[in-house]
Amino acid sequence: MTTLTEDLRRAIGTDRVRVGATELSLYRRDASNFTGEASIVCFPTTTAEVQSVIRSCVQHNQPYVARGSGTGLAGGATPLDGAVVISLAKMDRLLSVDAENRQAWIEPGLLNLDLTKAVAHLGLHFAPDPSSQQSCTIGGNVANNSGGPHCLAEGVTAAHIVALEVVLPEGDIVMLGGEDPDPDGLDLRGAFVGSEGMFGIATKICVRLTQNAPTVRTMLFDFDRVEDGAETVSAIIADGMVPAALEMMDQLCTRAVEDYIHAGLPTDAAAILLVEVDGLPHGLHDQVERIIAIAQAHGTRTVRVAQDEAERALLWKGRKTAFGAIARIKPNYYLHDTVVPRRKLPEVLNHVYEIAKRHELLVMNVFHAGDGNLHPLLIFDKREPGIMDRVHAAGEEIVRVSIAVGGVLSGEHGIGLEKRDFMPLMFAVADLEAQAAMRRAFDPTALANPTKVLPSSSSCGDVHHVPEGAWI
Amino acid sequence: MDLTSFAGDVGGVNDGAVAIAGLSTRGGVLAGSRVVAAPGGINSIQPDEMIVHCGAGTAVDELNQALAAVGQCVSLPASGTVGGALARGLSDTRRLGYGPIRDALLQAHYVSATGHVVKAGGPTVKNVSGFDLCRLLVGSQGTLGFLGHVILRTRPLASVSQWFSTVADPWVTFATLYRPVSVLWDGSTTWALLEGHASDVAEQAALAGLVLADGAPALPSAHRWSVAPSTLRSLAITGSFVAEIGVGVVHRSDSAQPRKADAAIAALHKRLKYEFDPTLRLNPGVEPLSV
Repeated sequence: MTTLTEDLRRAIGTDRVRVGATELSLYRRDASNFTGEASIVCFPTTTAEVQSVIRSCVQHNQPYVARGSGTGLAGGATPLDGAVVISLAKMDRLLSVDAENRQAWIEPGLLNLDLTKAVAHLGLHFAPDPSSQQSCTIGGNVANNSGGPHCLAEGVTAAHIVALEVVLPEGDIVMLGGEDPDPDGLDLRGAFVGSEGMFGIATKICVRLTQNAPTVRTMLFDFDRVEDGAETVSAIIADGMVPAALEMMDQLCTRAVEDYIHAGLPTDAAAILLVEVDGLPHGLHDQVERIIAIAQAHGTRTVRVAQDEAERALLWKGRKTAFGAIARIKPNYYLHDTVVPRRKLPEVLNHVYEIAKRHELLVMNVFHAGDGNLHPLLIFDKREPGIMDRVHAAGEEIVRVSIAVGGVLSGEHGIGLEKRDFMPLMFAVADLEAQAAMRRAFDPTALANPTKVLPSSSSCGDVHHVPEGAWI
Repeated sequence: MDLTSFAGDVGGVNDGAVAIAGLSTRGGVLAGSRVVAAPGGINSIQPDEMIVHCGAGTAVDELNQALAAVGQCVSLPASGTVGGALARGLSDTRRLGYGPIRDALLQAHYVSATGHVVKAGGPTVKNVSGFDLCRLLVGSQGTLGFLGHVILRTRPLASVSQWFSTVADPWVTFATLYRPVSVLWDGSTTWALLEGHASDVAEQAALAGLVLADGAPALPSAHRWSVAPSTLRSLAITGSFVAEIGVGVVHRSDSAQPRKADAAIAALHKRLKYEFDPTLRLNPGVEPLSV
């Protein structure tokens, strides 16, 4: 019998199937803190090659993991148990653009920002804009149902995916969804988005493109109390406005960013709030006035409205480079991602500070306040003995607090390995079984990125998690 | 909301075939099965979270009336129940601007074929915790589980909402307008629904050469075609139609070509049905996929 490596080399060519130790080590992990082990890394360039690779893996009963740029933060693309890594990075073409109907067909390895740049001359963009958009692939966005600051108004990736050509785990090439609005049958497209590589591999993606706004206004407020900033966010939403983005940074984060980019951010404020509204000029003018009034009523110290595109870009640069700025303080960070009801933001932030203090960790908060999407960032030096235990303990407490106030495990990073064993905090046995049923239906082989997302049956068999009123 | 009684009505695998009915505005009751109804009523409206929590049996009109009091609405088609609208999964003519109905469902508690209450999704506007079972439920026509209560994303009501019309080419109109809520075309006249600030609406209408219309055109209600929006131009039509530009729904008096499902897609549907309803007791006879 031939080996899997031989089969793969026959299928897609020797030079695109790599087994060298150095190369394998590059693919052992994604951007999370989890390290696995890959046995083979391969680089298919067509749908047919992806199909051949999957069929070969199935034939050899070998698990495989699809991978884009490896920017995932939850370990979703970390290969376990010597899984085959299937890199889609070489399938990165923009296939076609229908400017009239605002749709485009792309390959999964196309970078998020490259798509937006390619359609900019048409007055269009791809709305999901994760902070990693310069380097993450749209295939990865599909796998994680990625978000970004502008998803408050525009919705997450799922709302922008029209159709998917997918190689299912048994090797069939199918179309999920379609360019037509009501494709036949169940919404398999919707089920596939966010399935973290466990339902098959997307090889072509039809995305919805969004009209660029004719007018944009970006405002910056700063507060003496974090609570005032958070309450401003709730008040804006309750007043019937859905700004394009509502982003918040606490003091430690603001200081780090200001040291890094010198945007003139107020480093003595407890929190700063970046608000962006876009649309037609009259509605926009109205909204800017109402938002400023709300911020003032909640005690903003200053009102800064970006005067030109350069100033707007500078304010956004502060938000988007926050993570880079942190390296100046400590060499390592652990980024969390939970969502809580907006009105619980002040309460949960206080818990986060308390938890970090108790574990003697530095914490910074930079987050999508409009969605209630928290990103507490624990900063540390992993060379310090015993620190990882404290980091993990604090992280778990933050997740538990978020769930306890009616929040969810992840807003945009996904579950992967990181949150897999926390799933029973949010879902009862019957709920998890329904998700496992989806997985079994899509992947009867159980070889597509196994052991991610769903906790092992032992950990989800804990009957204490079943809420009262459930039928068991 | 307590679903114990509803779950008891649905029963378990030994309790025979069971069908769900709302207000029978979307096809009516299935013959030959015991019929159950989901509880109605609004549990909570949270305008600062942009969510509403209600029973699947709540009438959409009742829900929107209650939401109007806080200046919000849900983008579900009018009439019938919330559960019925979600189970059918068909958006109304505001889909271009409001997005498809499938994006409105954040969390669902449904009763499974085994009579268990199961939760899908989460209560926040942003959530990627686990597989997206909510998307599978919208449009599943009660074949995977019966919706009990749901959390929906709301949206602010616009201060001005006005229909316009023109005899200009619908694609020129569509390209000129900034995010119209709806653009409809019957082969000769184009209608557009604009929402927002009164001055913006007026300026947009002037820019595209639109004139005030009494309202939306009457839709040929007999049949609903679903075609790629790029093919609408070639609607060299026999029979009357109203097409949703930029979307691809065509309301027609004649019936659509029958669709034939791909074999692998049909097999996947079969596996999903088997996983969720192995004894085929939920809404028997209903098949979301053409065979």
